[in-house]
Amino acid sequence: MGLLRELYYILLGFLQGLGACWLFLFRILRYTPAALLRWRIIWQQIYSVGAMSLVLIMVSGFFVGMVMGLQGYNTLSKFAATSALGTLVALSLLRELAPVVTALLFAGRAGTALTSEIGLMRATEQIAGMEMMAVDPVRRVVVPRFLAGVVSVPLLTMIFSAVGILGGFVIGVSFMGVDSGAFWSQMRVNVDVWDDVVGGFIKSIVFGGACSLLAVYEGYYSHPTAEGVSRATTRTVVNSALAVLVLDYLLTAFMIHGV
Amino acid sequence: MASAERDDNNAVEITGLRYRVGEKAIFDRLNISIQRGKVTAIMGPSGTGKTTLLRIMTGQVLADRGRVLVEGKNMARLTGDELYELRKQMGFLFQNGALFTDSTVYENVAFPLREHTRLPESLIRHIVLMKLQAVGLRGAADLMPGELSGGMARRVALARAIAMDPKIIFYDEPFAGLDPISMGVIVRLIRRLNDSLGLTSIIVSHDVDEVSTVSDQSYLISNGKVVAYGTPRELEQNKSAWVRQFMKGLADGPVPFHYPAPDYAAQLLGEERN
Repeated sequence: MGLLRELYYILLGFLQGLGACWLFLFRILRYTPAALLRWRIIWQQIYSVGAMSLVLIMVSGFFVGMVMGLQGYNTLSKFAATSALGTLVALSLLRELAPVVTALLFAGRAGTALTSEIGLMRATEQIAGMEMMAVDPVRRVVVPRFLAGVVSVPLLTMIFSAVGILGGFVIGVSFMGVDSGAFWSQMRVNVDVWDDVVGGFIKSIVFGGACSLLAVYEGYYSHPTAEGVSRATTRTVVNSALAVLVLDYLLTAFMIHGV
Repeated sequence: MASAERDDNNAVEITGLRYRVGEKAIFDRLNISIQRGKVTAIMGPSGTGKTTLLRIMTGQVLADRGRVLVEGKNMARLTGDELYELRKQMGFLFQNGALFTDSTVYENVAFPLREHTRLPESLIRHIVLMKLQAVGLRGAADLMPGELSGGMARRVALARAIAMDPKIIFYDEPFAGLDPISMGVIVRLIRRLNDSLGLTSIIVSHDVDEVSTVSDQSYLISNGKVVAYGTPRELEQNKSAWVRQFMKGLADGPVPFHYPAPDYAAQLLGEERN
């Protein structure tokens, strides 16, 4: 009975959190049109969450691409199909690796920053100060950061893919001797704009939304103490990672069988 | 019932306020009225809910029962938008200043103007410099909040609080943790701003000496009720032992030095635990 009761409370807590998160999303969406008019603030946030993640994304993308090049070459050479290396690298990056890894890196680099920034603003009464100046902190602080995340993640994902393909090219063509023409032409023939490029792009938008929502939600509702903010930051990373992987499965299943 | 009627001379009227946190009654039928244009102090020992009272007056917290009228508006009946509209007429000085740490002093003071008005940048600049001049920190406009001393941060927060020309200004422990010079500066500023801008000032504090020099009238609250009310002079001459203890800062009196505890000897000898 004790175990069942505990499971019940865990489930209840999870559903409560999920519900609160959805309500928060609706609150954010309500203020979005007004926030879009003040694009300068969103622009600043895109710089701090997006542009500042650029180096991390590019370095990671390059290494993931190089690993794909090595692993792909190793496997394909057994079937004498190394000319398909370009296709393999491009498809795995565009469909899966780029959206998922970018979102995970974004959660670790920018999501934690968002959570701790908003959490500390609450702890130092800056949020309350804003409310007392008749400025809704959701509109002024939360919405621009959320929108910046939604915009940044797809852009970062595209950069990740591009740099990753370059990494695969460097390993496959320059080091392993795959024919450069075969690498690119096979890729061009086999990669479909709608299924692969747009599919991955849609994923990245959803992941960007999920990671940004979780980050601002945890920050906004964090307990205004040092421990509270640190817990919220941890939750952001854990929940974002879980959300990205679960959503990835759902989106993939939908994209392969649903359409 | 004369007391229940709205008095236009009062900026804030609280009648029969009750507020509980868990089992503990913070306020029990509290009545307070704050006259327009005056500096009113709300004093009391730590933990009597003075800050909570400020939060109730500014709509950050809702009372359980009783009526809270601010500028004639019933706080319990306001919608979110109406509350924000009312808050545009209020300034609030947080104990720690609550400045935005990633913006300069200038941008902090400009914040409410940028949010609520569509004034051209040149006019915003004039207003910000005027407000900073009023608190003596025009020269600090380009500093970051981290570079300010506690007293300076509070003065910047004060400049920000008066940026929108409020009618009422709330001070939460404005003297706490300041050196004597900064304290003197804040005391003078509160008085000067109140008189020159025609404000109503409400100060929550337990610094008896400073409050007495600046306030026109004071409320002394304890255990959720008003214990004494009057001008600083009247309070000083109050006969009640409790009021005397508080005003003179005596260690023992009706408010005992010791928190309620089991018998000392018995506890040391191990008969009682805890």
